[in-house]
Amino acid sequence: MAYKIVASQCTGCSACEPECPNVAIREKNGVFIIDPKKCTECIGHFDEAQCVAVCPVDLTCVIDNAYPRYQA
Amino acid sequence: MQSTMTDMETSAAKPLTQILEQIAEHKGCGTSSEGGKASCGSSDGPADMAPEVWEKVKNHPCYSEEAHHHYARMHVAVAPACNIQCNYCNRKYDCANESRPGVVSEKLTPEQASKKVLAVASAIPQMTVLGIAGPGDPLANPAKTFKTFELIAKTAPDIKLCLSTNGLALPDHVDTIKAFNVDHVTITINMVDPEIGQHIYPWIYYKNKRYTGIEAARILTERQMLGLEMLTAAGVLAKINSVMIPGINDKHLVEVNKAVKSRGAFLHNIMPLISAPEHGTVFGLNGQRGPSAQELKALQDACEGDMNMMRHCRQCRADAVGLLGEDRSAEFTTEKIDEMSEVVYDAESRRNYQALVEAERMEKVAAKEAAMANLDTTDIKLMIAVATKGQGRVNEHFGHATEFQIYEVGSAGSKFVGHRRVDLYCQGGFGEEETLPSVVRAINDCHAVFVAKIGGCPRDELKAAGIDPVDRFAHEFIEESAITYFREYCAKVSTGEIEHQARGDADIRQGAYIAAA
Ligand code: SF4
Ligand code: SF4
Repeated sequence: MAYKIVASQCTGCSACEPECPNVAIREKNGVFIIDPKKCTECIGHFDEAQCVAVCPVDLTCVIDNAYPRYQA
Repeated sequence: MQSTMTDMETSAAKPLTQILEQIAEHKGCGTSSEGGKASCGSSDGPADMAPEVWEKVKNHPCYSEEAHHHYARMHVAVAPACNIQCNYCNRKYDCANESRPGVVSEKLTPEQASKKVLAVASAIPQMTVLGIAGPGDPLANPAKTFKTFELIAKTAPDIKLCLSTNGLALPDHVDTIKAFNVDHVTITINMVDPEIGQHIYPWIYYKNKRYTGIEAARILTERQMLGLEMLTAAGVLAKINSVMIPGINDKHLVEVNKAVKSRGAFLHNIMPLISAPEHGTVFGLNGQRGPSAQELKALQDACEGDMNMMRHCRQCRADAVGLLGEDRSAEFTTEKIDEMSEVVYDAESRRNYQALVEAERMEKVAAKEAAMANLDTTDIKLMIAVATKGQGRVNEHFGHATEFQIYEVGSAGSKFVGHRRVDLYCQGGFGEEETLPSVVRAINDCHAVFVAKIGGCPRDELKAAGIDPVDRFAHEFIEESAITYFREYCAKVSTGEIEHQARGDADIRQGAYIAAA
C-alpha cells in the first residue's frame, strides 16, 4: 500500500517532501522517508506518484513490496 | 565592451559626483553614486538598453568587471530541491552552472543562512550581494528562499538580494520577487528551440506531472520567456546565463541572445560547459566536451553587439568568504554560526570601507586614462594573463595563482575578457613539473603573463612557450600596466625588434576545483 525511498540513493534534496498530497514524507538523518501508513500511492490525488515524478534520482522512490497495493 | 572614456580629461580637477558619473558610465559602477544622473556626457549606456535599466546597472557591483574585483557576493544554499533535470548537472553535487563542480555546499535553514550572511557581512565589508542559487532551484523552494530574504532585508537593507532560477516556476513568483525588492534575477536559458532543448533537459516536473522530451523543453522555454517578460514588465533586472555546449547549442545561443535581448534581459552571460566523467553528469559520462577558450570567446564576441556580455563569471560561487583566493570559509562553518549568539550588524564600518574602495577605484580609472593618452591606432591586439588577488592590481605570485584574469588590450584600450582557473603551480614541492604545462595550456592564447613575482624555472618555461613573463608591474594597477605594456610592444613591433603574432587556443579547466573550496 505504499512507496518507499531507497535510502542509499536519496540525495536528501527534499524535492519530494512538499509534493506529497498526504504529508507522508519527512526527513530522517539527512535522507527522506515515507510513512507507509500515510502513503496512498497518490491514488485519488494525481495520475502519477508525485515523489517518483519529482525525484532527481531514478529508482529511488519505489513500490514497497512489504505492503499490499493501495486500494482506494 | 563599450569604452566611452576617451573624452575624459584628467580626473583630479573634477568634482566628485562628476567623476563618479564618469566611472559609472564606464560601467565602473560605484556603489555610492546615488547622486549620479541617468545620462551624462557622451553615452547613455548601450543603445538597446532602456535608460531606467541602465540607471540600475551602472551602479551595480555585480555587473562591472572592474567593480567585481572589489566587491563580492555570497551564496547560501537554502533551496536544495529542483524541478527540472539538466544533462550537465548531477544532483549529488552542486549545480554545475552556478558553482564549482565537485564541491558540495552545506544545506542551511533560512535562519542559519541569514545569521551567516550577517556575520560574514560584518566581518567582510566587500560582501554586498547575497544570492540564492544552486544546488536546486530557489523557486522550487519558494518558502525557504523568501523567508531567507525576509530575515536579511530586515537587518541589513543595504545588502542587495538576487536569485538564480531555471525559470520553470518563475511566472508564479514574479509578484513576490518584486515585493521583496529583489535586485536581479538570473535565468539559465540554454535554448529557445525545444528540438535543441530535448538534448539538454531529460525531464521537467510541472503541475504535478513529469514531462519528458520535446514537450518538456517546450513547456520550459515558454515558461522562461513568459517569466522574463514578466520581470521586465515589473521592472526587475533580468540577467541570462547560458551554458555553451559544443555541438548542441553553441550556434543556437546567438538565437537565444536575440530572444532574451528583445524581451528586456540586460545582460547575457555565456559560460562554458564544464564536463568530466568524474562529475557523474550525463554529459560527463557520454563524453560531451566543453568549449575551448577561443570557441567561447568567439561566441561571446558574436553575441556582444550592443548588449553587455558578462565575462567575469568565474563559474564558481564567487563567495565573499573565499574572496579572490582569501578563503575564510573556516571562520563561518555552520557550527560556528550556530554558536554565535546575536550577530551585531556593523553597517558603519561597512560604509567606511566601501568609501575607501571607491576612492581607490577612482584612482585606478584615472591611471588607466592617463596611460591611454596618445595611443597609436593599430590592429594589434594582445591577450595578457594576470595573477591577482584583487583590488585591480598585479599582486599575486605566479606560483600561488589558482586563476588568471585575462585582459585583451588594443588601441581602443584594455578590457577584461575572462578568468582561467589553473592548478596551483606551487604545491609544496611535488607535481610542479606536471603543473606548468597545464598552466601554459590554460593561458596559451596570451602573449604575456603579469605577476608580482616568478621563479627562474617557470620563467624560462613560459618563455619557451612564447609567453612573456612580466614582473616589473608588481603591485601596479592592471589596466594601466596592460596599456603601458601594449604601448611598448607596439613600439618594438614598429622598430622590427619583435614580430607580432596571434597566439593559439587555450584550454578551459574541466576538473573539480577543490583547492579553494
Ligand atoms: S506515492 Fe504519493 S502519497 Fe505516496 S509518498 Fe509518494 S507522493 Fe506521497
Ligand atoms: S526527491 Fe528523491 S532524492 Fe530528493 S529527497 Fe526525495 S527521495 Fe531523496
